[in-house]
Amino acid sequence: MLPANPACLKSSIVAAGNLSSRILVGLDTKANWEELVHGSILEGPTDGLHGQSVLIATVDQFRAAAALIELDGIARRMVLYPPDLSLDHLPYVAKTADADVLVTDQAETAAVEHGVGRVIFCKRNVTQGKVDRAPIYASAIETEWILLTSGTTGRPKLAVHTLASLAGSAWHTDPASASLVWSTFYDMRRYGGLHIFLHAALTGTSLVVSSALESTKDFLARAGAHGVTNISGTPSHWRRALMSPFADRINPEYIRMSGEIVDQAILNQVQAQYPHARVAHTFASTEAGVGFNVNDGLMGFPAEILTGNPLIEMKVKDGTLRIRSTRTAVRYLGDDSPVLKDDEGFVDTGDTLELRGGRYYFTGRRDGIINVGGYKVHPEEVEAVINRHPVVAMSLVKAKKNPITGALVVADVVLKTLPMDGPPDPLRQDILQFCRGELAPHMVPTVINIVPMLAVGESGKLVRRA
Amino acid sequence: MDIKTEVIVQFKQVALEHDKQLAPLTDNLALLDSGLDSLCFAIVVARLENSLGKDPFSDDEDARFPVTFGEFIRFYENAAS
Repeated sequence: MLPANPACLKSSIVAAGNLSSRILVGLDTKANWEELVHGSILEGPTDGLHGQSVLIATVDQFRAAAALIELDGIARRMVLYPPDLSLDHLPYVAKTADADVLVTDQAETAAVEHGVGRVIFCKRNVTQGKVDRAPIYASAIETEWILLTSGTTGRPKLAVHTLASLAGSAWHTDPASASLVWSTFYDMRRYGGLHIFLHAALTGTSLVVSSALESTKDFLARAGAHGVTNISGTPSHWRRALMSPFADRINPEYIRMSGEIVDQAILNQVQAQYPHARVAHTFASTEAGVGFNVNDGLMGFPAEILTGNPLIEMKVKDGTLRIRSTRTAVRYLGDDSPVLKDDEGFVDTGDTLELRGGRYYFTGRRDGIINVGGYKVHPEEVEAVINRHPVVAMSLVKAKKNPITGALVVADVVLKTLPMDGPPDPLRQDILQFCRGELAPHMVPTVINIVPMLAVGESGKLVRRA
Repeated sequence: MDIKTEVIVQFKQVALEHDKQLAPLTDNLALLDSGLDSLCFAIVVARLENSLGKDPFSDDEDARFPVTFGEFIRFYENAAS
């Protein structure tokens, strides 16, 4: 019998109940929550993990979930390394998080020169041990959960959370939740996915997790076969789902969107495809935590939402949304990391808002970050690459609105000397080719405009907004 | 250039630029089986907006998303007429 210890995910899952009747479904594995709570996913002896900093870098979500359940309350720190993040960042993340142990399901990841002293591989599925490990969890410690977000330098930032800040109010079990089956297009190594994983774990529902190795079609078929009732994703996830012939394989009661600006078109299109579903959108971010839900079927949100929840204080200052609550991240890890909160404890989300007719609408990012289908692109990082091209004098990278991914990256480029003759097309192609060799696909500009000059402000910086 | 030809040109061009293996573009081909990912579709839509002056995805908030390649072409043809 596990002790009731709110600092520990295992005991919280037990408190939520429905253990044997609800399941966690991965791509090629599944287990009920009873097996997850009492079993082990880690190969070999796992003693000595108490108080250690553990970097979890599996490709498979199910195995990451099982490792989180096994290690929370034991490890001092767990770092969630997303499967789509380049392994080039692994040594930096390991060093910044002071990692003692690397947990992975990939020989390729283990083979990277990551500098971590110990590697533990995952088993395919959890197995039940013979040793009663209850005493270990009786003295559970509050583990730091580290989520990675994109940083201006191209290196990820490490945001520190705790189980309490991530789970928030998801501690009470609703009797009706036993019949719910949650799923999400998100990966749980991202805030949006982790939020759903913890919600399912702590409110007593089943959960079907997606996989980076699976097509949208196959995921929809699998989610449908398991009778998914509640499902979340970004607007880009949903646009892709609606383009799939298997969109009708799921018949959800509740649909939630988050992670990007939600426009009216995607709300209407999702509602038309699933007429019986309640369609909501949520504001949440890795740093600011969960802000609010919008349930009226309209884009933006009513101004009164900002003052409607005493537990989550929100305000608009200098045009951006600020949030203070127990749900925000605690700080960033790393010596030269930026400051997360202002003097009053508010996190600046950086998301710009406009008030029209009693309703706020998101208009973009103050720092110019471009959100391409859920991937954040820092314009400066792309400009730095373009500017390295021998014919380029300077460049300005900006967003172009797009109905599929929300936005695309485009660049205005000033050449050192204007081409004397011929169209600039081969030059554009050459700059693009150069970018493709240096940048991830979503960061490569889709259009290069050759312009005679760019505006530079009094500070000497590029003018980024008209 | 007619709409269908322009759509085919853009599918092929974007697949080439992104090193994607493009499936034969028949009317019944499911778009998600074409070999293009979301980013590629986003680029195709942006390029078609440039060349055809139309973005039916953005023009109609209630439009149903096309699922097959044939529907994709009709989506643009209907928007253009």
